[in-house]
Amino acid sequence: MANSRTNKHAYVRYAVIRLIQGAITVWLIATATFFAMHNVPGDPLMDEKAVSPEIRKNLQAKYGLDRPLLEQYGIYLSNMIRGDFGISYAQENRSVNDIIREHFPVSAILGVLSIVFAALGGILFGALTAINRNRLPDIVIMFLVIMGISVPSFVFAALGQMTLVNVNAFLGVSILPVAGWGSVSHMIMPSLILGLGTMAFLTRLMRSSMLEIDNADYLRTAISKGLPPTRIFLRHQLRNAILPVITVLGPSIAAITTGGFVVELVFAIPGLGRYFVQAVQQSDYTVIMGTTVFYGAFLVFMVIVVDLLYGLVDPRVRLD
Amino acid sequence: MEASFSFERTETIARAVTTTRPSLTYWQDAWRRFKANPRSLISLYIIVTIGLFTLVGPWVWTINPMLQDLDQISVPPGADRRARVVEPHVRWAITETPWTTSTTQLAVIGEATTQAVRLAWNPVAGASGYRVYRDIAEPNSPDALGLPLTDIVNAKITGFEDRLDLKPRTYFYSVVALSSKGFELKEHATLAVEVTRVITVNEAIARGLSELDESSLIGETVYLDFHPLGTDYLGRDMLARLMHGARVSLFIGVVAPFIYVLIGILYGSIAGFVAGRWDQLLMRFADFVVALPFLLFMILFKIIFNTEPGESGIFAMLLAMILLSWPATARLVRGQILQIREEAYIGASRLLGAGSMYLILRHMIPNTMGVILVTLTFAVPGAIFTEAFLSFIGMGVAPPNPSWGSMCNEGIKTMLTAPHELVFPAVFISLTVLVFNLLGDGLRDALDTRMRSD
Repeated sequence: MANSRTNKHAYVRYAVIRLIQGAITVWLIATATFFAMHNVPGDPLMDEKAVSPEIRKNLQAKYGLDRPLLEQYGIYLSNMIRGDFGISYAQENRSVNDIIREHFPVSAILGVLSIVFAALGGILFGALTAINRNRLPDIVIMFLVIMGISVPSFVFAALGQMTLVNVNAFLGVSILPVAGWGSVSHMIMPSLILGLGTMAFLTRLMRSSMLEIDNADYLRTAISKGLPPTRIFLRHQLRNAILPVITVLGPSIAAITTGGFVVELVFAIPGLGRYFVQAVQQSDYTVIMGTTVFYGAFLVFMVIVVDLLYGLVDPRVRLD
Repeated sequence: MEASFSFERTETIARAVTTTRPSLTYWQDAWRRFKANPRSLISLYIIVTIGLFTLVGPWVWTINPMLQDLDQISVPPGADRRARVVEPHVRWAITETPWTTSTTQLAVIGEATTQAVRLAWNPVAGASGYRVYRDIAEPNSPDALGLPLTDIVNAKITGFEDRLDLKPRTYFYSVVALSSKGFELKEHATLAVEVTRVITVNEAIARGLSELDESSLIGETVYLDFHPLGTDYLGRDMLARLMHGARVSLFIGVVAPFIYVLIGILYGSIAGFVAGRWDQLLMRFADFVVALPFLLFMILFKIIFNTEPGESGIFAMLLAMILLSWPATARLVRGQILQIREEAYIGASRLLGAGSMYLILRHMIPNTMGVILVTLTFAVPGAIFTEAFLSFIGMGVAPPNPSWGSMCNEGIKTMLTAPHELVFPAVFISLTVLVFNLLGDGLRDALDTRMRSD
């Protein structure tokens, strides 16, 4: 009993430390982004039509660009703590918060769908290959996995789109839309494509994880007890082999969010990734800073959450 | 009975002493294991081939990758390169005499060439003008006839000369009669026209396509420049661009990992050696760099470093990649060093009087080399992917410099009409990443039996 209480205590302590570390990382990301963006040659007001020095001055005053750098940094940080990322330079009257609020859910839906797809597919195919080790399904799936790891996501996106165009043209009806966003049918192809790379990676991991526990004592015990194979598979093999897959889900989320940029571009999906790329091309400071910090914070905390969950799922994990 | 013993000296059996084969060093043993794996050997051959393609290729295939061949835009490999030499174009003087025939409503006058297509049609009763459309596919609805080329507001003029960007292919021309208010009347005629490629005498001579002189050249067939893998959307040679693009992609893919792995080794071994408080501090900093969202910061660094408008952006990308990627190696090397420090053979060596330098050079580095080499091999595909990703979203190598990623970016826009522009660079990226992955697997199996993949 006492042991479990100290464990719980250690867990909370670990969680708090991780969260503080995460907050410091986010602050450092915000600072790095701020100074990085202010060292970029040129300024966001340069792209506008030729304006008189007076107007330019007024605009600079409006956006606070005439103040000393440290003061700007202070304002930026205090605004950010209050959750205010400022107003876009390129799209007048549109706050960065609005942009994030409007477009992040799209990216999030896409990301969640592809993570689910990647995890389910990875676990399923990984288990399948391990059970059929060195037989036909293993060889075929592992070949596909190597392809999945080696082909860049934009090529998959292009191929997927091309396939849709040809299938739709061949059947004469549109079974799935080629691009755009709005309904469930719009989501299927992009999330499949986005999840492919991660799925290949997870399949490989799941396979080696299954093979690793192949000689475990508890498996031999289960077999000698005469348990039915499905029960052995579900209760003993799958449950134990799945753990390493869960740990990499955190970093996988990072891979999927950035991979989303490409898929959003190719499939014309109004997600945050597309707006980030657009903001970079327009040197829209506030949007770049806002989305970078937002994405950064999101990824950092995703990794922490997954690590904490892992600690809950697997009691063997050492907390330090 | 006299026993006579004759003793003879027996031959010394030399073989018996050398029953063991010469002992193999770690690297010889690893090479033996590596050679036994056909997959890794094949991937090594392919890597050498890609290397030759990149380094030697541009010396053999000397076409400028930025040169535009405007006569051959987006042509697939193996396309027809023939062109007939014709005289310079003379404007078609269309008179107000209507063209009439009983058999067809719409016809081509003379020959349809890439220089000009001359159309004439029967006048439509009640029309006050005509509109001419062109389409690349057969129009299936009178509302979608393709690109409107011109509006003719004089009902007496029933001819039109099309000179707009003609390619050697089939076009579908449609002519619609216009009412006096400019609305389209229902009458329309469609005609499929096969356009043949021609080239003017002056141009053929200027480009050195034939050695004949001007007068005897007309009517002859010449061959346009040869593009073994076709051309892209600006008529640039795909093979040359792939070779030059490979230089960018592989330069970044090989040099960036090499440098950051080196930095990682240095950083990691320092941290591993000093241990204690400094080690903690160094590793916390590495943790921070790892936590940065990699691609977002790649993009940020790209913006900061890429100051000059005329620059290719390779250096910026290299620097950004190095700044962000070293911690993984640093962590790995530190872990290895910490582990090796505790090994018995280090203690034994120290007992025999070995100094720190000797320990590092003789024991620590050789024993981490295998792991480092494997990391390096797996880092190459990662760097190639990153370059391709950045170039694909337009943040990588600046045009007109080719890189595999930027070629994919350009190719994706024309993938339905000219798929080869996407397929070739995509195949090169995938193949390179694939063989480096396979090589990494092979090296891992050969160098470190503890890390075997299965």
